[in-house]
Amino acid sequence: MKKLVTILLLVFSLSALAQEKTPVTEADYSNNSVEMADVMRTEGKIYVLVGIIVIIFAGITVYLINTDRKISRLEKNLPA
Amino acid sequence: MRQSWWKILAIALLLYTLTAGLLMDVPRLPILNETIRALHFHVTMWFGMILMLVAAVYYSIKYLRTNDIKCDDLAVEFTNAAILFGVLGITTGMLWAKFTWGDYWSGDPKQNASAIGLLMYFAYLILRNSLTDTQQRARIGAIYNIFAFAAFIPLIFVLPRLTDSLHPGNGGNPGFNAYDLDSKLRMIFYPAIIGWTLLGTWLATLRVRARRIERTLEDRFLNS
Repeated sequence: MKKLVTILLLVFSLSALAQEKTPVTEADYSNNSVEMADVMRTEGKIYVLVGIIVIIFAGITVYLINTDRKISRLEKNLPA
Repeated sequence: MRQSWWKILAIALLLYTLTAGLLMDVPRLPILNETIRALHFHVTMWFGMILMLVAAVYYSIKYLRTNDIKCDDLAVEFTNAAILFGVLGITTGMLWAKFTWGDYWSGDPKQNASAIGLLMYFAYLILRNSLTDTQQRARIGAIYNIFAFAAFIPLIFVLPRLTDSLHPGNGGNPGFNAYDLDSKLRMIFYPAIIGWTLLGTWLATLRVRARRIERTLEDRFLNS
Protein backbone atom coordinates (compact mmCIF):
# COMPACT_ATOMS: atom_id res chain seq x y z
CA MET A 1 0.00 0.00 0.00
CA LYS A 2 2.77 2.42 0.98
CA LYS A 3 4.66 1.56 -2.19
CA LEU A 4 1.55 2.15 -4.27
CA VAL A 5 1.04 5.59 -2.79
CA THR A 6 4.68 6.48 -3.41
CA ILE A 7 4.43 5.39 -7.05
CA LEU A 8 1.21 7.34 -7.50
CA LEU A 9 2.66 10.52 -6.02
CA LEU A 10 5.77 10.11 -8.11
CA VAL A 11 3.70 9.75 -11.28
CA PHE A 12 1.83 12.94 -10.50
CA SER A 13 4.89 14.96 -9.60
CA LEU A 14 6.80 13.77 -12.67
CA SER A 15 3.97 14.78 -14.97
CA ALA A 16 3.95 18.18 -13.29
CA LEU A 17 7.67 18.55 -13.98
CA ALA A 18 7.40 17.48 -17.59
CA GLN A 19 5.03 20.18 -18.71
CA GLU A 20 5.99 23.73 -19.51
CA LYS A 21 2.64 25.39 -19.39
CA THR A 22 1.33 28.92 -19.36
CA PRO A 23 -0.24 29.49 -15.96
CA VAL A 24 -3.76 30.89 -15.80
CA THR A 25 -3.74 34.03 -13.69
CA GLU A 26 -6.37 36.18 -11.99
CA ALA A 27 -6.02 38.62 -14.87
CA ASP A 28 -7.43 35.99 -17.22
CA TYR A 29 -10.73 36.12 -15.35
CA SER A 30 -11.17 39.84 -15.97
CA ASN A 31 -9.63 40.01 -19.44
CA ASN A 32 -12.51 41.69 -21.26
CA SER A 33 -10.77 41.74 -24.61
CA VAL A 34 -11.61 38.06 -25.00
CA GLU A 35 -15.12 37.56 -26.24
CA MET A 36 -17.34 35.39 -24.06
CA ALA A 37 -21.09 34.77 -23.94
CA ASP A 38 -21.58 37.73 -21.59
CA VAL A 39 -24.81 38.99 -23.15
CA MET A 40 -26.40 35.57 -22.87
CA ARG A 41 -25.45 35.49 -19.22
CA THR A 42 -26.69 38.96 -18.33
CA GLU A 43 -30.01 38.18 -20.02
CA GLY A 44 -30.26 35.07 -17.85
CA LYS A 45 -30.77 32.84 -20.87
CA ILE A 46 -27.94 30.61 -19.69
CA TYR A 47 -30.35 29.31 -17.04
CA VAL A 48 -32.69 28.16 -19.80
CA LEU A 49 -29.85 26.11 -21.21
CA VAL A 50 -28.88 24.74 -17.80
CA GLY A 51 -32.56 23.90 -17.14
CA ILE A 52 -32.89 21.96 -20.38
CA ILE A 53 -29.71 19.98 -19.78
CA VAL A 54 -30.69 19.18 -16.19
CA ILE A 55 -34.17 18.01 -17.26
CA ILE A 56 -32.67 15.68 -19.86
CA PHE A 57 -30.17 14.37 -17.33
CA ALA A 58 -32.98 13.84 -14.80
CA GLY A 59 -34.97 11.87 -17.37
CA ILE A 60 -32.03 9.64 -18.24
CA THR A 61 -31.32 9.13 -14.52
CA VAL A 62 -34.91 8.05 -13.78
CA TYR A 63 -34.74 5.61 -16.68
CA LEU A 64 -31.43 4.24 -15.43
CA ILE A 65 -32.78 3.77 -11.89
CA ASN A 66 -35.84 1.97 -13.26
CA THR A 67 -33.61 -0.38 -15.26
CA ASP A 68 -31.54 -1.00 -12.15
CA ARG A 69 -34.66 -1.91 -10.17
CA LYS A 70 -35.93 -4.14 -12.96
CA ILE A 71 -32.69 -6.13 -12.93
CA SER A 72 -32.83 -6.34 -9.12
CA ARG A 73 -36.32 -7.81 -9.43
CA LEU A 74 -35.14 -10.35 -11.97
CA GLU A 75 -32.27 -11.35 -9.68
CA LYS A 76 -34.67 -11.82 -6.80
CA ASN A 77 -37.06 -13.98 -8.85
CA LEU A 78 -34.18 -16.21 -9.87
CA PRO A 79 -33.65 -18.63 -6.98
CA ALA A 80 -30.07 -19.78 -6.82
CA MET B 1 -31.44 -0.40 -3.33
CA ARG B 2 -28.57 -2.29 -1.79
CA GLN B 3 -25.30 -0.41 -1.50
CA SER B 4 -26.45 2.34 -3.79
CA TRP B 5 -24.70 5.28 -2.15
CA TRP B 6 -22.21 5.56 -5.00
CA LYS B 7 -25.01 5.77 -7.53
CA ILE B 8 -26.50 8.67 -5.64
CA LEU B 9 -23.04 10.22 -5.47
CA ALA B 10 -22.71 9.80 -9.25
CA ILE B 11 -26.00 11.62 -9.86
CA ALA B 12 -25.12 14.39 -7.41
CA LEU B 13 -21.66 14.94 -8.88
CA LEU B 14 -23.01 15.00 -12.42
CA LEU B 15 -25.75 17.47 -11.50
CA TYR B 16 -23.02 19.64 -10.01
CA THR B 17 -20.89 19.24 -13.14
CA LEU B 18 -23.72 20.15 -15.50
CA THR B 19 -24.80 23.24 -13.59
CA ALA B 20 -21.53 24.57 -12.20
CA GLY B 21 -19.72 23.61 -15.37
CA LEU B 22 -21.94 25.99 -17.32
CA LEU B 23 -22.42 28.70 -14.72
CA MET B 24 -19.15 29.15 -12.84
CA ASP B 25 -16.56 31.73 -13.82
CA VAL B 26 -13.92 30.47 -16.21
CA PRO B 27 -10.68 32.10 -17.34
CA ARG B 28 -11.20 34.23 -20.44
CA LEU B 29 -8.67 32.79 -22.87
CA PRO B 30 -8.29 33.61 -26.56
CA ILE B 31 -9.46 31.02 -29.14
CA LEU B 32 -10.92 28.79 -26.42
CA ASN B 33 -13.48 31.40 -25.29
CA GLU B 34 -16.51 29.67 -23.76
CA THR B 35 -15.48 26.31 -25.16
CA ILE B 36 -13.08 26.03 -22.25
CA ARG B 37 -16.06 24.48 -20.46
CA ALA B 38 -15.73 21.41 -22.65
CA LEU B 39 -12.95 20.50 -20.22
CA HIS B 40 -15.60 19.18 -17.82
CA PHE B 41 -17.26 17.08 -20.48
CA HIS B 42 -14.79 16.08 -23.18
CA VAL B 43 -11.61 15.59 -21.16
CA THR B 44 -13.45 13.78 -18.38
CA MET B 45 -14.63 11.18 -20.93
CA TRP B 46 -11.01 10.11 -21.46
CA PHE B 47 -10.25 10.09 -17.73
CA GLY B 48 -13.34 7.99 -17.13
CA MET B 49 -12.35 5.68 -19.96
CA ILE B 50 -8.88 5.12 -18.55
CA LEU B 51 -10.14 4.49 -15.02
CA MET B 52 -12.58 1.91 -16.34
CA LEU B 53 -9.88 0.30 -18.44
CA VAL B 54 -7.79 -0.04 -15.29
CA ALA B 55 -10.74 -1.86 -13.72
CA ALA B 56 -10.98 -4.08 -16.81
CA VAL B 57 -7.28 -4.96 -16.58
CA TYR B 58 -7.68 -5.69 -12.86
CA TYR B 59 -10.52 -8.12 -13.52
CA SER B 60 -8.68 -9.65 -16.48
CA ILE B 61 -5.73 -10.44 -14.22
CA LYS B 62 -8.10 -11.70 -11.56
CA TYR B 63 -9.73 -13.97 -14.12
CA LEU B 64 -6.39 -15.43 -15.15
CA ARG B 65 -5.58 -16.14 -11.49
CA THR B 66 -8.91 -17.61 -10.44
CA ASN B 67 -10.56 -18.81 -13.67
CA ASP B 68 -13.76 -17.35 -12.29
CA ILE B 69 -16.04 -16.46 -15.19
CA LYS B 70 -17.62 -13.69 -13.10
CA CYS B 71 -14.37 -11.73 -13.33
CA ASP B 72 -14.53 -12.08 -17.09
CA ASP B 73 -18.03 -10.54 -17.09
CA LEU B 74 -16.69 -7.53 -15.23
CA ALA B 75 -13.67 -7.21 -17.52
CA VAL B 76 -15.81 -7.21 -20.68
CA GLU B 77 -18.43 -4.84 -19.42
CA PHE B 78 -15.92 -2.37 -18.01
CA THR B 79 -14.20 -2.43 -21.41
CA ASN B 80 -17.55 -1.90 -23.15
CA ALA B 81 -18.37 1.13 -21.01
CA ALA B 82 -14.82 2.43 -21.53
CA ILE B 83 -15.21 2.09 -25.30
CA LEU B 84 -18.49 4.03 -25.13
CA PHE B 85 -16.69 6.82 -23.28
CA GLY B 86 -13.81 6.68 -25.73
CA VAL B 87 -16.12 7.03 -28.74
CA LEU B 88 -17.88 9.94 -27.05
CA GLY B 89 -14.48 11.41 -26.22
CA ILE B 90 -13.19 11.23 -29.77
CA THR B 91 -16.37 12.68 -31.32
CA THR B 92 -16.59 15.53 -28.80
CA GLY B 93 -12.88 16.07 -29.39
CA MET B 94 -13.46 16.41 -33.13
CA LEU B 95 -16.22 18.95 -32.58
CA TRP B 96 -14.05 20.93 -30.19
CA ALA B 97 -11.09 20.73 -32.57
CA LYS B 98 -13.19 22.14 -35.42
CA PHE B 99 -13.58 25.40 -33.51
CA THR B 100 -10.21 25.64 -31.81
CA TRP B 101 -7.75 23.91 -34.15
CA GLY B 102 -9.66 24.71 -37.33
CA ASP B 103 -10.58 21.24 -38.49
CA TYR B 104 -12.43 18.17 -37.28
CA TRP B 105 -9.46 15.97 -38.01
CA SER B 106 -6.08 17.56 -38.50
CA GLY B 107 -4.09 14.34 -38.28
CA ASP B 108 -2.75 15.51 -34.97
CA PRO B 109 -0.67 12.86 -33.14
CA LYS B 110 -3.05 12.91 -30.19
CA GLN B 111 -6.06 12.35 -32.44
CA ASN B 112 -4.38 9.63 -34.49
CA ALA B 113 -3.12 7.83 -31.41
CA SER B 114 -6.51 7.83 -29.70
CA ALA B 115 -8.11 6.52 -32.89
CA ILE B 116 -5.57 3.67 -32.99
CA GLY B 117 -6.25 3.02 -29.30
CA LEU B 118 -9.97 2.75 -29.91
CA LEU B 119 -9.42 0.41 -32.86
CA MET B 120 -7.38 -1.87 -30.59
CA TYR B 121 -10.33 -2.12 -28.24
CA PHE B 122 -12.75 -2.75 -31.11
CA ALA B 123 -10.45 -5.62 -32.06
CA TYR B 124 -10.84 -6.93 -28.50
CA LEU B 125 -14.59 -7.23 -28.98
CA ILE B 126 -14.21 -8.85 -32.41
CA LEU B 127 -11.62 -11.29 -31.04
CA ARG B 128 -13.96 -12.32 -28.24
CA ASN B 129 -16.90 -12.77 -30.56
CA SER B 130 -14.88 -15.02 -32.85
CA LEU B 131 -14.32 -17.57 -30.08
CA THR B 132 -17.15 -19.84 -29.03
CA ASP B 133 -15.74 -21.67 -26.03
CA THR B 134 -16.50 -19.60 -22.92
CA GLN B 135 -13.31 -20.34 -20.97
CA GLN B 136 -11.08 -19.98 -24.02
CA ARG B 137 -12.75 -16.72 -24.96
CA ALA B 138 -12.32 -15.42 -21.43
CA ARG B 139 -8.64 -16.42 -21.22
CA ILE B 140 -7.61 -15.04 -24.61
CA GLY B 141 -9.74 -11.96 -24.01
CA ALA B 142 -8.09 -11.33 -20.65
CA ILE B 143 -4.58 -11.61 -22.09
CA TYR B 144 -5.46 -9.34 -25.02
CA ASN B 145 -7.02 -6.83 -22.65
CA ILE B 146 -3.86 -6.58 -20.56
CA PHE B 147 -1.64 -6.08 -23.61
CA ALA B 148 -4.07 -3.62 -25.18
CA PHE B 149 -3.93 -1.48 -22.05
CA ALA B 150 -0.16 -1.67 -21.94
CA ALA B 151 -0.08 -0.32 -25.51
CA PHE B 152 -2.89 2.20 -25.00
CA ILE B 153 -1.23 4.24 -22.26
CA PRO B 154 1.98 5.09 -24.15
CA LEU B 155 -0.09 5.62 -27.30
CA ILE B 156 -2.21 8.38 -25.87
CA PHE B 157 0.00 9.80 -23.13
CA VAL B 158 3.60 9.39 -24.20
CA LEU B 159 3.87 9.30 -27.99
CA PRO B 160 1.84 12.49 -28.70
CA ARG B 161 4.09 14.40 -26.30
CA LEU B 162 7.25 13.37 -28.11
CA THR B 163 6.23 15.28 -31.21
CA ASP B 164 5.72 18.95 -31.78
CA SER B 165 2.13 19.42 -32.70
CA LEU B 166 0.28 19.64 -29.41
CA HIS B 167 3.12 21.10 -27.48
CA PRO B 168 2.69 24.71 -26.34
CA GLY B 169 4.26 27.33 -28.50
CA ASN B 170 4.95 24.96 -31.38
CA GLY B 171 3.41 25.59 -34.76
CA GLY B 172 1.08 28.12 -33.18
CA ASN B 173 -1.18 25.34 -32.04
CA PRO B 174 -3.63 26.80 -29.53
CA GLY B 175 -4.50 23.51 -27.90
CA PHE B 176 -5.76 23.44 -24.36
CA ASN B 177 -2.45 21.86 -23.39
CA ALA B 178 -0.81 25.24 -23.52
CA TYR B 179 -2.51 26.25 -20.31
CA ASP B 180 -2.14 25.03 -16.81
CA LEU B 181 -5.31 23.93 -15.10
CA ASP B 182 -6.18 26.52 -12.51
CA SER B 183 -7.78 25.86 -9.17
CA LYS B 184 -11.24 27.15 -10.10
CA LEU B 185 -11.44 24.79 -13.04
CA ARG B 186 -10.18 21.91 -10.93
CA MET B 187 -13.06 22.42 -8.50
CA ILE B 188 -15.42 21.18 -11.21
CA PHE B 189 -13.02 19.06 -13.23
CA TYR B 190 -12.14 16.55 -10.49
CA PRO B 191 -15.71 15.96 -9.28
CA ALA B 192 -16.70 15.63 -12.94
CA ILE B 193 -14.14 12.84 -13.48
CA ILE B 194 -15.49 10.94 -10.47
CA GLY B 195 -19.08 11.52 -11.53
CA TRP B 196 -18.65 10.33 -15.10
CA THR B 197 -16.56 7.34 -14.02
CA LEU B 198 -19.20 6.29 -11.49
CA LEU B 199 -21.89 6.64 -14.16
CA GLY B 200 -19.87 4.40 -16.49
CA THR B 201 -19.35 1.91 -13.67
CA TRP B 202 -23.08 1.90 -13.02
CA LEU B 203 -23.80 1.12 -16.68
CA ALA B 204 -21.15 -1.62 -16.61
CA THR B 205 -22.51 -3.27 -13.46
CA LEU B 206 -26.05 -3.26 -14.85
CA ARG B 207 -24.87 -5.20 -17.87
CA VAL B 208 -22.79 -7.54 -15.72
CA ARG B 209 -25.89 -8.37 -13.69
CA ALA B 210 -27.92 -8.93 -16.86
CA ARG B 211 -25.18 -11.26 -18.11
CA ARG B 212 -25.28 -13.28 -14.90
CA ILE B 213 -29.06 -13.68 -15.06
CA GLU B 214 -28.69 -14.79 -18.66
CA ARG B 215 -26.04 -17.36 -17.72
CA THR B 216 -28.10 -18.76 -14.85
CA LEU B 217 -31.08 -19.16 -17.16
CA GLU B 218 -28.92 -20.80 -19.82
CA ASP B 219 -27.43 -23.28 -17.34
CA ARG B 220 -30.86 -24.12 -16.05
CA PHE B 221 -32.13 -24.67 -19.56
CA LEU B 222 -29.19 -26.96 -20.39
CA ASN B 223 -29.60 -28.98 -17.19
CA SER B 224 -33.32 -29.47 -17.49
